[in-house]
Amino acid sequence: MQQNLSSTEPIVSLHNVQKSFGPLRVLDGVSFTVARGEVLALIGRSGSGKSTALRCIDRFEKVDGGEIVVCGHRVDRPDVDLRALRQDVGIVFQSYNLFPHLTIEQNITLAPCAVKGMAASQAKDLARKVLAQVGLEEKLHAYPEQLSGGQQQRAAIARSLAMQPKVMLFDEVTSALDPELTAEVLKVIEQLAADGMTMVMVTHEMGFAKGIADRIVFMHRGKVHETGPASILTSPTTPELTQFVGTGNLKS
Amino acid sequence: MNLQLDFPAVLERWPSFLAGAALTLELAFFATVLGALLGTLAAVGRGTRNSLIAGACKVYVETIRNTPLLVQIFLVYFGLASLGLKYSAFTVAVAALTINVGAYTAEIMRAGFEAIPRGQIEAAEGLALSRLQIYWHIILLPAIEKVYPALTSQFVLLMLASSVCSQISAEELTAVANYIQSDTYRAFETYIIVAVLYVILSLVMRAGFWSLGLVLFPRRRRLGTPL
Repeated sequence: MQQNLSSTEPIVSLHNVQKSFGPLRVLDGVSFTVARGEVLALIGRSGSGKSTALRCIDRFEKVDGGEIVVCGHRVDRPDVDLRALRQDVGIVFQSYNLFPHLTIEQNITLAPCAVKGMAASQAKDLARKVLAQVGLEEKLHAYPEQLSGGQQQRAAIARSLAMQPKVMLFDEVTSALDPELTAEVLKVIEQLAADGMTMVMVTHEMGFAKGIADRIVFMHRGKVHETGPASILTSPTTPELTQFVGTGNLKS
Repeated sequence: MNLQLDFPAVLERWPSFLAGAALTLELAFFATVLGALLGTLAAVGRGTRNSLIAGACKVYVETIRNTPLLVQIFLVYFGLASLGLKYSAFTVAVAALTINVGAYTAEIMRAGFEAIPRGQIEAAEGLALSRLQIYWHIILLPAIEKVYPALTSQFVLLMLASSVCSQISAEELTAVANYIQSDTYRAFETYIIVAVLYVILSLVMRAGFWSLGLVLFPRRRRLGTPL
C-alpha cells in the first residue's frame, strides 16, 4: 500500500471528504493538504467539523466519500492497513488518555515493544530520550495521576513521539488546561515545529496558531471556508472568519 | 429449656473437620481460578461483534444465573454419568462450581470492561496496538481493578455455596459435618464448629485476594490505596 514518497508529495491530503452523523452533515466536501514539515492549524467554531476532519486522518472516523491519503495510505478505503497507518501517524487527545495503571515509562515503552518488537532496554533508552524532549525526565517512574494536567499532556506527546511518527495530530490538546499549563504544553509543540515535525492541530489558541502555523484552515459548517497563511487571522477576507477572530479569540 | 452443649465429643473428630475444610478450600481454589478464566472469556465473548459468539455467551450467562446451583450440580453429576463418563465427586464439583461462578464473573467483568473510558482504547489504537494487545495491556487489569471488591465477594460466596456439593458426596466441610453429627448425635455443636470454620475460610480467602491485589495493582501499593 505504501508508495515511495517524494519529498514534494503531501504527507496528508484530503480531497472532497464527506462525513455525516445520521442526518447531520459534519464534513461537506473538505479538501486540504499538508506538506512535509508543515504546521497546519484547523480552527473554527465548536461543531464546525474541525475535530472530525482531524480524526478522519487517523481513521477514528470512517468517511462517507472523498479521498484521504496519509503517508501513502489510502485511508478512505476499507482495506487500509490500520496498524501501518497508525505507526506513521501520532495522535494526542484533549483528555491525555495516559494508561493509568502503567508508569510514565511503561506508557511510553508499551507500543514500541508490542508493535515494533523493540527490545526492552532499547525502549527504556528511548523513553528517557522522548521524556527529555518534553522536559519530564524526572517523572519516568511516576504514575499518571501523580502528574499535573500539563505534565500528563507532555507525557502523552512523548508517548506518541516514541513511535517516531511522520505526522502528529493534536486534537485540542490544551483545552482542559489552565493558561500556565497551556503555556508549557505549547512550548513543547513549538519545539517540535522547530525540529521540523509535520503537524495538524485543532486549536482554540488563536495567538498560538498565529505564531506557529504555516497555514490556517478555517472551517465553517463542515466546509473549508477560508485558508491561507497565519496572516489571514489579522486580515480575514470572509465575514465569518472576521466575526470568529473578532469575538475575542485573538487575544494572545 | 435445658441447653447442654458437649463440644469435646465433637471436637475429638478434628482431623475430619480439618480434612473437610481443606477440601472446601481446594474446591474453591480450582473453581475460582477456572471460573475467573471462563467468566473473563465469556465477558469478552459477549462484547464481540460476532453475534453467534455473543449470543452463545449470553445464553450461558443467563441460563446459569437463573437456575439453582444444586440443580446445576445434579445436571453435571447425572449428565456425565448418563453419558457413561465416570469422574470423582471432586472433579464434578469443581466443574459445576466453575460453570456456576463463571457466569457471575462474566457479568462482573462485563461491568469492568464497560467502565474503561473510550479514550483509553482510542489512545491504544492510535499507537497501533492490535485488538488483542489492547485487551491484554490496556483493558484487562484496569477492568479487574474496578470490579475487584465485587469479584472477591463473588468468589468467597462460591466457597460458601460449595457446601451444597455435600449432596453428591464430595467430602467437603459440610459433608464431613453431616457424618459427624449423625455419628455423635451432637448436631448443634457440629454445625457451630462448621460455621466458625467457614468464617475462618472466608477470612483466609479475603486475605488471599487482598495480597493478590498488591501484586496485581502495583500503582495502588505505590499510592497507598490498596483494594
